[in-house]
Amino acid sequence: MNNWLDALAWLVDPENLTGPGGVPARTVEHLGYTLLTLVIAAAIALPIGYLIGHTGRGRGLAVAVSGGFRALPTLGLVTVLALLMGLGILAPLTALVILAIPPLLAGAYAGVGAVERSTIDSARAVGMTEWQVFAQVELPLSLPLAISGLRSATLQVIATWTVAAILPVGGLGRFMLDGLPVRNYAEVLGGAIVVILLALVIDAVLAGTQRIVIPRGVKALRLASKRMHA
Amino acid sequence: MIEFRSVTKQFPDGTRAVDSLSLVIPSRKTTVLVGSSGSGKTTILRMINRMVDPTSGVVEIDGDDIAGKEPVKLRRGIGYVMQNSGLLPHRKVIDNIATVLYLTGVARGRARGRALELMDTVGLDRAFADRYPSQLSGGQQQRVGVARGLAVDPNILLMDEPFGAVDPIVRSELQQELLRLQRELGKTVVFVTHDIDEAFLLGDQIAILKTGGEIAQLGTPTEILSNPADDFVSSFVGTDRGARALHLAPGRFGNLVIDGTGRPAGILVNESPTEGPSWPGQTRGPSTDGR
Repeated sequence: MNNWLDALAWLVDPENLTGPGGVPARTVEHLGYTLLTLVIAAAIALPIGYLIGHTGRGRGLAVAVSGGFRALPTLGLVTVLALLMGLGILAPLTALVILAIPPLLAGAYAGVGAVERSTIDSARAVGMTEWQVFAQVELPLSLPLAISGLRSATLQVIATWTVAAILPVGGLGRFMLDGLPVRNYAEVLGGAIVVILLALVIDAVLAGTQRIVIPRGVKALRLASKRMHA
Repeated sequence: MIEFRSVTKQFPDGTRAVDSLSLVIPSRKTTVLVGSSGSGKTTILRMINRMVDPTSGVVEIDGDDIAGKEPVKLRRGIGYVMQNSGLLPHRKVIDNIATVLYLTGVARGRARGRALELMDTVGLDRAFADRYPSQLSGGQQQRVGVARGLAVDPNILLMDEPFGAVDPIVRSELQQELLRLQRELGKTVVFVTHDIDEAFLLGDQIAILKTGGEIAQLGTPTEILSNPADDFVSSFVGTDRGARALHLAPGRFGNLVIDGTGRPAGILVNESPTEGPSWPGQTRGPSTDGR
């Protein structure tokens, strides 16, 4: 119980709320890392995922590769890459991009896969180009699942950047990994609380986004089928 | 006019859906392709807008080989109506109808105005314009599908079992609506169905298909009923039994018409049916109403 009170005291201590090593600065840093990781991972995963979803080809390969990626122990990967690439942000960034790719990839191709084949077929039959089929039909209708993928990728990336603080990088993991050797448990716990809050807030934001981007007609469809099954 | 000249379609798995088919589909008439599943009827239909390309042979529209046309452009000029409507679930009814107009660059306002007119044409209340497809009944969705097919005022309308998934009462309504539309618009309609009654009701020309896209008989309903080409056709149209093997029996108010199971199907009257709306259940000679 004492630890919790100490942690709270640590969290409100003005000394920890200012400067480059303070909670706000570290939070911004953490969010920056997270965003950078997700942007790079998305730039790789989404085009491939949507290409697989649109063409229906390469699904088996994608499942195998992303399954393999998922099986990699992230901390081990961070360490190995750091040995290969040296200290700095590049090694953990690479490891986390690899971690974030599978859920983004799966969200994209599963999202397209969930669209009725007859809807896509008729869009093509009335004269949409392949790009229009993608942009006007597959993409909007895939969003609910694609954002699910983004949510799970984001949570994993936020969580794992704290662990990456075994290397000399910033972010909220610093508090935990710097507090531990000097037995400053208030700092360790305080840092953990901030990371948990951050993860919850970001997930709530994405959950809200997910509700907003579900096309209205699709929502109506779900209500209709719920009513039918009731 | 649409013409198939020795057209064959073999799918990558080796099945021949269509084998050296030759067929002429006249303009401004309804041609019905009827057959059971596996008869290649949908494949034939989809070769007209290049959703399927033939393995060999030529498909011509008004004398032009369509193999030389850009598929997207070709499809935008041909109406297409499919089973379960194929509407875009995330777009409102009005925007679904205007889909092809938007694609061809018609301004939004004009496209929507045209879409509203089309709702009148197909007998849909304009109040549905801002609903989503899932908020409509199956029959209403099919009407939206037909309106979308007519949006660019195409000469050709392809209909792939459009009324296959709605209940019999609604189906009958939609069939009558299509007859009315066809009287008003005079499109070249190619209609695919597995329902021979629907084929007799809607078709000016009917192609009865066997497995592998082979035409068992091509003709008007009268020709097919009065002179079925072979046992397959008689059995398919049912002239050998049941509701279509009718005979007369004298009754108090005139001659009773009795079907193959011995049940009365109607009475024989002297006046031939006049032009105008015909009602479900009315005994009606095929193709004698001057369509």
